[in-house]
Amino acid sequence: MEYKAIKISPSDNVAIAVTSIPKGKNVAIPDNEGLVANQEIPLGHKIGLVPITKGASIIRYGEVICTASEDIKPGDWIHVHNTEVQE
Amino acid sequence: MNFYGYQRENGTYGVRNHVAIMSSVICINGVVEEIARQVPGVLPLTHTHGCNSTREITLRTLSGIGRNPNFAAVLVIGLGCEGYGAPEVAEAVASSGKPVEYLVVQKAGGTYKTARKGVEIARKMLSHAQQEKRVKAGLEHLTLGLECGGSDAFSGITANPAVGATADMLIAEGGTAIISEITEMVGTAHLLKRRAANPAVSKKIETYVKLGTEASKWEARRSSSRAIAPGNIEGGLTSIIEKSLGCIMKGGTTTITDCVPYAMKPHTKGLVIMETGGYDIESMAGMAAGGAQVVVFTTGRGTPAGLAGVPVIKVVSNSTTYKNMEGDLDVNAGTIIDGGKTIQEVGKEIFELMVKVANGEPTKSEKNRQNQFAIRQEGFNYPTLKDIAEKGL
Repeated sequence: MEYKAIKISPSDNVAIAVTSIPKGKNVAIPDNEGLVANQEIPLGHKIGLVPITKGASIIRYGEVICTASEDIKPGDWIHVHNTEVQE
Repeated sequence: MNFYGYQRENGTYGVRNHVAIMSSVICINGVVEEIARQVPGVLPLTHTHGCNSTREITLRTLSGIGRNPNFAAVLVIGLGCEGYGAPEVAEAVASSGKPVEYLVVQKAGGTYKTARKGVEIARKMLSHAQQEKRVKAGLEHLTLGLECGGSDAFSGITANPAVGATADMLIAEGGTAIISEITEMVGTAHLLKRRAANPAVSKKIETYVKLGTEASKWEARRSSSRAIAPGNIEGGLTSIIEKSLGCIMKGGTTTITDCVPYAMKPHTKGLVIMETGGYDIESMAGMAAGGAQVVVFTTGRGTPAGLAGVPVIKVVSNSTTYKNMEGDLDVNAGTIIDGGKTIQEVGKEIFELMVKVANGEPTKSEKNRQNQFAIRQEGFNYPTLKDIAEKGL
């Protein structure tokens, strides 16, 4: 089966899994060939598309939604464990 | 681009041609229903507000609904002792130039006599309305209400961005779109303000988002500033901004030309924010009172909800719900996930359906006679700015 994720805006550095993606599986996203999930990505969760350094913005919908609290690799699951929210 | 609507006396265009029989107060809903039973074809508009409700919001909503161009004529039924009366509603509706009459049950001699007179008036209004024909109108005469309810993890990926594309297309044609539910805009003031047409609108956006933040705390009885609900985190949302962005995607990408209070008609075209809460029917009624002739409603889990007198186009976020509730849902945006379609393509599909619906094609909610109507219960489940100031919410 094909595991898909959707990138909403061109400037986004994350995509959203539309099925649960098991660890080690290839992820089909237009213009992001060869992406492999480094961890399991649950349905509706974010997967990193490019290297994101600690302190850099996580961008979805073309807007900053939070910042990376550690270095993030392409294929990483991105959620509350590796991000910070500025108040 | 054009649609074919019913031209009203004040130059607006209805996409439907209903005769409304409207309650001014809950106490006489039975009279309204009796008239509707005796005159098939008219649309009864009853609600639950009485003397316990805020006079201003009820009067404003009923007046706005009555002026909505989807109604050819309006008969208002009142009791007589209520704080806001049928004469006041009728007078406000009459300013639009359309035929309007009112009856007061305490003056007309009770249920039976009022219904008898009402039936006579309703029949005349209906036969007059039936003679009206659709004429060509530009899309600058169309106002689209944007709503979401029963959202799921796919709503922010498929249905809401697709509806945003539809809103952009309508606005490019000179039309108007209203985005509501300020309780879903928490944390996005800085983003929305960048899109404000001028500093006055920017200031209003800040006030509305603040009100929405307080209202969402009130609704949820919890702090909504940092933590989002555990269910949202489980669904993959990391921050409140991410959640809110998923909702405001429905408004597309254009300039925000104004912000208006609940049930007020915007004076600008383009994208407008209306201050409503997150209760679907109340929110849709507010937008209809502000002149929306069509509503587009996104859902993930599925809802049959409709609005009396206003066609509601239901856009579902995923194919599973679409297959499960196909009889209630108009567009399947799940095709962005499993049908090889893009957000833009589904946005176009919704836009094209919207024009067909404006031309008279019934939506699923209309076919199912889902004719709901409700007015915001202000002060009960929604704080006013005054509440917030006084109670320090």
